[in-house]
Amino acid sequence: MIEIEHVRKSFGQLEVLKGIDLTVSKGEVVTIIGGSGSGKSTLLTCINGLEPIDSGRILIDGTEVHAKSTDLNKLRRKVGIVFQQWNAFPHLTVLENVTLAPRKVLGMARAEAEEIAVRQLTHVGLGDKLKTYPGRLSGGQQQRMAIARALAMSPEYMLFDEVTSALDPQLVGEVLDTLKMLAQEGMTMILVTHEMAFARDVSDRVAFFHQGVMAEIGPPQQIFGDPQHPETRKFLSSTRQ
Amino acid sequence: MFDTALTTADFVFLAKGAGMTIVVTIISVIAGTVLGIVFGVIRYQLGAIWAAPLIFVLDIFRSIPLLIQLVLANAFMGTILRLNMSGFTVACIVLSMYTAAYCAEIVRGGIEAVPATTRRAARSLGMSWGQDMREIVLPLATRVALPSWIGLALGVMKDSALVYVVQVTELLRSTQILITRLQEPLLLLMICGAFYFVISFPLARFGGYLEKRWSND
Repeated sequence: MIEIEHVRKSFGQLEVLKGIDLTVSKGEVVTIIGGSGSGKSTLLTCINGLEPIDSGRILIDGTEVHAKSTDLNKLRRKVGIVFQQWNAFPHLTVLENVTLAPRKVLGMARAEAEEIAVRQLTHVGLGDKLKTYPGRLSGGQQQRMAIARALAMSPEYMLFDEVTSALDPQLVGEVLDTLKMLAQEGMTMILVTHEMAFARDVSDRVAFFHQGVMAEIGPPQQIFGDPQHPETRKFLSSTRQ
Repeated sequence: MFDTALTTADFVFLAKGAGMTIVVTIISVIAGTVLGIVFGVIRYQLGAIWAAPLIFVLDIFRSIPLLIQLVLANAFMGTILRLNMSGFTVACIVLSMYTAAYCAEIVRGGIEAVPATTRRAARSLGMSWGQDMREIVLPLATRVALPSWIGLALGVMKDSALVYVVQVTELLRSTQILITRLQEPLLLLMICGAFYFVISFPLARFGGYLEKRWSND
């Protein structure tokens, strides 16, 4: 379970998170939507401790992420994250990209790590690209590789930060299909996305962020069918145009 | 074609000088690169303010002519520290520091060229700072820094000609000795130049080979 309690976070004078409360249970898929600058991406990087927070706390299975005593490297094995920019390791082949962390962080033997990597890469449809360098892959393929790389650590939670935003339109579908598949398999996921149809499709709950505040959260039917907050209505009507 | 007094023994003498140039260069470049990586990482990690003392020391080694450094270091080791150090040791120490000072900046530039987002991805997979450095940052920085590093290594090889001031007889010094004796400066300098070329060429080609190989990534 991920518990986010009264989290506040500023970059200099700019307060990007103004007291966020959100609890995500095991197996749940929560999508965060909202305009740019609403703080949704920042929240994700706070959840796995890549960004410090100013106040409040975030608990992952009871472990406080930002406590001094917390071993973040250990905690991050549980929480995978995939970013808008896929961030492939360009000097490693696709297979090596995926086996690196299991070998170095989990201390897995090469053979075992490769077995897992091949399985994950096949899963995301890259089983025939094992020896290829990322530079030779399309954006969509690199993004799916990044997903396989995160999954190879057998995380219990996955965070997706606008993973289709930097992709050419024709490549968005293949990545969304991969995410859909993960959701159906029961992975606990928090996704920040601009793909409204997708959010409606896969989410258990949809949260709408506006200027650092979670203005509204509810099942997708309610958020998309009968939004309560005026800003939600405004945002959704603007995205439909 | 040439009417020369040059004998096989003289040739062997030159080759020995070339051997000394190679040995001094290899020791200095290896030691200087290892130190340069350490200094470069510290310099990057601490930032310009906290690393100021280090930057200052490295600047000294970069801005004072090597010839002066060699003479002063030799005098310092012998007269002040009263260490019974050979000219060869002094030469290797000074050239290593000289190399390290340049290498540190090359390393820092290479590290800065690695995108922060790539490092963030590595850390998000649970990799520690050290693992990120070893597995991601340094390999990628190496690719960026290689051409400058090859230039540095070739420069150090040629600069090593100056170690004659601490009584080390390397290639150029050997040539000068022969010139004094045989009075055939042009021929001897051509041979000396050819020796330098033969030493440099493999390194330059090796750099080119690595660049080409890595560009396939």
